[in-house]
Amino acid sequence: MSDVDQPVAHPPVTDWVHDFDHTDPQWTEDPFPIWDQLRAASPVVHTKRFLGCYLPTTYEAVREIANDTEHFSSRRIIVRDVRPEITSRNAAPPITSDPPEHKPAKQLLLPPFTPDAMKKLEPRVRAICNELIDDFIAERRVDAAARYTKHIPVRAIAHMLGIPESDSDLFINWIHMILELGIKDESKLLQAVQEMTAYFGGHIEARKNNPTDDLISYLMNARDKNGNPLEDTHVLGSLRLLLIAGIDTTWSAIGASLWHLAKMPADRERLIAEPGLIPTAVEELLRAYSPVTMAREVVKETTVSGCPVKPGNMVLLSFPAANRDPKMFPDADKVVIDRRENRHAAFGLGIHRCVGSNLARMEMQVALEEWLKRIPDFRLDPAGTVTWSQGTVRGPRQLPFLLGKAM
Amino acid sequence: MAERLKVHVDPDKCQGHARCKALAPELFELDEYGNAHEAGDGTVPPGLEDKAWLAKSNCPEIAIDVIEE
Repeated sequence: MSDVDQPVAHPPVTDWVHDFDHTDPQWTEDPFPIWDQLRAASPVVHTKRFLGCYLPTTYEAVREIANDTEHFSSRRIIVRDVRPEITSRNAAPPITSDPPEHKPAKQLLLPPFTPDAMKKLEPRVRAICNELIDDFIAERRVDAAARYTKHIPVRAIAHMLGIPESDSDLFINWIHMILELGIKDESKLLQAVQEMTAYFGGHIEARKNNPTDDLISYLMNARDKNGNPLEDTHVLGSLRLLLIAGIDTTWSAIGASLWHLAKMPADRERLIAEPGLIPTAVEELLRAYSPVTMAREVVKETTVSGCPVKPGNMVLLSFPAANRDPKMFPDADKVVIDRRENRHAAFGLGIHRCVGSNLARMEMQVALEEWLKRIPDFRLDPAGTVTWSQGTVRGPRQLPFLLGKAM
Repeated sequence: MAERLKVHVDPDKCQGHARCKALAPELFELDEYGNAHEAGDGTVPPGLEDKAWLAKSNCPEIAIDVIEE
């Protein structure tokens, strides 16, 4: 997909501390040394790019901002070259909501995503993983991103929403347009939003006469605090959110985990010998390779960790950088597969904690369990290239592996 | 003789990460939104002390207290 449409390039960065750019190829390829450099310079750095944007570099600064909804709004949550107009058509409650609207919108979405609800979905996810593995296990060279990680979350969320799993490629393309191309080309963003609205509009209409037992009908049947059904725009916004937020995020996390295990036979062998350790390992892989960087917009002047921040600027809320802060995590730059204390912020902190965190954790655990059961030996293919997605969500988009024991 | 422990979740801080429920299912319960509270009055049965401390040290919102009585 990304072979056809590449994002527009920005001028290369030469001064990271004063001119950072999270879409720079160097950041995309290996952001960790950049974050260390920025953290050493200041708890909050600024760039003039993206019409002005701050980056908190420490766990503490990230936590301060995440917990401060008075000075930092979620009305814009992606740092782009432009500031698209805010309308109900492009809002995606609750992720783009601030208090007091946030809480009721969030509470509507929470019950279908509890750990118990995820247990019911788990067998379907396990089956999806095995169907995918069946398809390539006989091959020696496999792109694990294209053949495995990419398909698991999109099929799981399609299953929950009650839309055909076979429409997956459509969803993946919208997400690419919104989260990657849309950073620098607003027309791609608008086109994708329009197409999604039309697609889900059709599914909503169909359910008005024939309700189904899925998440779309659940949202259509939901009532607000006054007992009224949600506006169609609210239902559409939430559906858009579930699709966008639920797919390339977890795809990235599963991909980064397999990438790590492909390079680290000792970790792989330990998880095969002790599958009970997989949930702990998943937390550590989430910490070390957190895929999601959110954003806020400064709406009132304040200070963060002593640094002044001014309205009109965006904030790149880098949970991934926070999770690499050595003040918070001993050996922050190492993957400690059995790390016992791990308050990582991969799913955010504060009121905007990821609604789908229980879904993501279940998908990661199942995807790793099934893969390791059936493919205990694999490694990076030296003839291939691992590529990473750019911007808001970072994860491997090409993951060339050699399967089977090394010859 | 080890002291008796009690766990408590601050409902204003809990955001439903559910780490405590995953690490110490005997000591915590989740409501319909997935937010946590302590099971019963929070008393930690003998043998589960480690799990209480583990849940506390993995809560991203620092919402869990372990009280030594």
